[in-house]
Amino acid sequence: MELLRFATAGSVDDGKSTLIGRLLYDTKSIFEDQLEAVERTSRDRGDEHVNLALVTDGLRAEREQGITIDVAYRYFATPKRSFIIADTPGHIQYTRNMVTGASTASLALVLVDARNGIVEQSRRHAFITSLLRVPHLVVCINKMDLVDYDESVFNRIKDEFRAFAAKLDVGDLSFIPISALHGDNVVHRSQNMPWYDGTSLLHHLENVHIASDRNLQDVRFPVQYVIRPQSTAHHDYRGYAGTVAGGVLKPGDEVIVLPSGLKSTIAAIDTADGEIDEAYAPMAVTVRLTDDIDVSRGDMICRPHNQPRVSQDIEAMVCWLSEEPLRDRGMYAIKHTTRSARCQVRGLDYRIDVNTLHRDETADSLSLNEIGRVTLRATLPLFADEYRRNRTTGSFLLIDESTGATVGAGMIL
Amino acid sequence: MTAPQTYELSSQQALEAESIHIFREVAAEFERPVLLFSGGKDSVVMLHLASKAFWPAPIPFPVMHIDTGHNFPEVLDFRDRTVERMGLRLVVGSVEESIAKGRVKERPDGIRNPLQTVTLLESITEGGYDAVFGGARRDEEKARAKERVFSFRDEFGQWDPKNQRPELWSLYNGRHHKGEHIRVFPLSNWTELDIWSYLAAENVELPSIYFAHEREVFQRDGMWLPISEFTTPREGEEVVKLMVRYRTVGDVPITGAVESTAATFEEIITEVAATRITERGATRADDRLSEAAMEDRKRQGYF
Repeated sequence: MELLRFATAGSVDDGKSTLIGRLLYDTKSIFEDQLEAVERTSRDRGDEHVNLALVTDGLRAEREQGITIDVAYRYFATPKRSFIIADTPGHIQYTRNMVTGASTASLALVLVDARNGIVEQSRRHAFITSLLRVPHLVVCINKMDLVDYDESVFNRIKDEFRAFAAKLDVGDLSFIPISALHGDNVVHRSQNMPWYDGTSLLHHLENVHIASDRNLQDVRFPVQYVIRPQSTAHHDYRGYAGTVAGGVLKPGDEVIVLPSGLKSTIAAIDTADGEIDEAYAPMAVTVRLTDDIDVSRGDMICRPHNQPRVSQDIEAMVCWLSEEPLRDRGMYAIKHTTRSARCQVRGLDYRIDVNTLHRDETADSLSLNEIGRVTLRATLPLFADEYRRNRTTGSFLLIDESTGATVGAGMIL
Repeated sequence: MTAPQTYELSSQQALEAESIHIFREVAAEFERPVLLFSGGKDSVVMLHLASKAFWPAPIPFPVMHIDTGHNFPEVLDFRDRTVERMGLRLVVGSVEESIAKGRVKERPDGIRNPLQTVTLLESITEGGYDAVFGGARRDEEKARAKERVFSFRDEFGQWDPKNQRPELWSLYNGRHHKGEHIRVFPLSNWTELDIWSYLAAENVELPSIYFAHEREVFQRDGMWLPISEFTTPREGEEVVKLMVRYRTVGDVPITGAVESTAATFEEIITEVAATRITERGATRADDRLSEAAMEDRKRQGYF
């Protein structure tokens, strides 16, 4: 059984909570005591309907204010796949939350109200999905019951969305007409829309092809931890533990270690369950080399003829996550794969308006929830790929050195 | 003949890989990690994953048990055997001792579970631990559903749910100052069913009380409590002999047994897959105190 991580974006008005509630309910993933608690709270608050958002709006502040303030992770499974939903709230901190949820997602689900069509928020969601390189985007055109299940409404919204998405780098794009409230095309195909010849949302989630989303070409193995047991049984054991970030590693492969540039050969790939013939992302393994060379955390193992960029200079799209704005010439800690360094901001090329895609080249800072193209210079060379080629070796965090807070999320260009 | 290679991990393999990555990240970046080990199924899975993460080297940090003095004897026995078998160093923080030292007062109802926070925080300070692994899962409780994998705690061990660091990709920010620490939850994305499926697939030993057995129990507040040195039936509480098992393992006085005949991993998985009540809702009186019981305890530094 495979695992699919997907992110949902939208506000309460789009019917997102109802949709998620229905997915969870129809796959028997909400428990009776959870449902009772939600019903009780809804009643106490005087809500007309059972508010399924309360299932995970677990924090006191969220219940008091009736809003979702943070990404909520929800879990459900069908016999075909198990799912992790990163449910990102639409109103508050939307960019920061959606970027967070999308960073680990293989699929993004965006809701559009059939009555309103494409709104500013729909464009923003499509842009963030493409920026974070989420490989699959599913647009659910919801509340079809309120437009008499009219095919022309669906087609008009679909065409408009496609036209906008063409300006972005969206991978696989699908459209599903649904009514979350009545369940049309959510779990089962709807009888109300005979003109629609696609699958239900759940069927799509269960069958969308995710195996080819990972990079299996470029071998990238950031060394995370050196295993040296120093016991009598494993006296000479020296293994490099890490999580494969790209490509397929095999014993016998010739490799090069960065930054030293020393070459060696993979002697074996170990796991606690025994040696394996191949390792690929995101497997956590231990690599042994035939030569006793100096390798430590933060080094990168790759193939001699396929290496990442080795550079202290980084061009990246950065999403700002902190109340304190990004400072030009400011120093930050940078965390990239297993490598940590410091870096200085050497320029903000432009700030992008997430709603219109307009580039403001006069901007001189990034505030909370803003996204811009930034030039950085790191104190150490980083071993990086373009984010579009590899989401692991192409991403980094910026950290405030005095508070320790995560202030920026970067995607390398 | 081998099957065609699809380069796709199963859900279980993906969860295992993510957890192992987290263990290695902590071992590499922190000076003094410690793993909270109660003998409960989640902490057993954590320990199993930790041993895989560093194989063939031993686990490079000690384990810690916050002992309320109200444990199931089967679980304490299991704890000690496990520590012995794996050659671990066990640190015990004793609630009994915290009471004796006057750091915390016994509650009128005698429930010691909420008192653990004081002992836990003192033990963390005394040991100088900067990373503390906990077995909490996001699916088990809604305050936990919003907590990060790396959860920052201030010098008082407090969690501030409104001021959490965004967590992106698999990049974990463990920055902290001296005296502060990070709680690390490697099982954040596992569900109860994932835990059981993994225990079965890996054939990991568990305390016997997780499996169906015959036990003398009586009903109180809708829970089946055992006859024990901590729990005796009051007048009018009828003692019956039932086939039961435990879905969670906490303190004897607040952990209810569930009626069950599931005696093997397979039978338990079938039962868990069909159940309609969360494990905490079914068995834990401590979570029934109020709707925000867990959030309030977590803010103060609870597990």
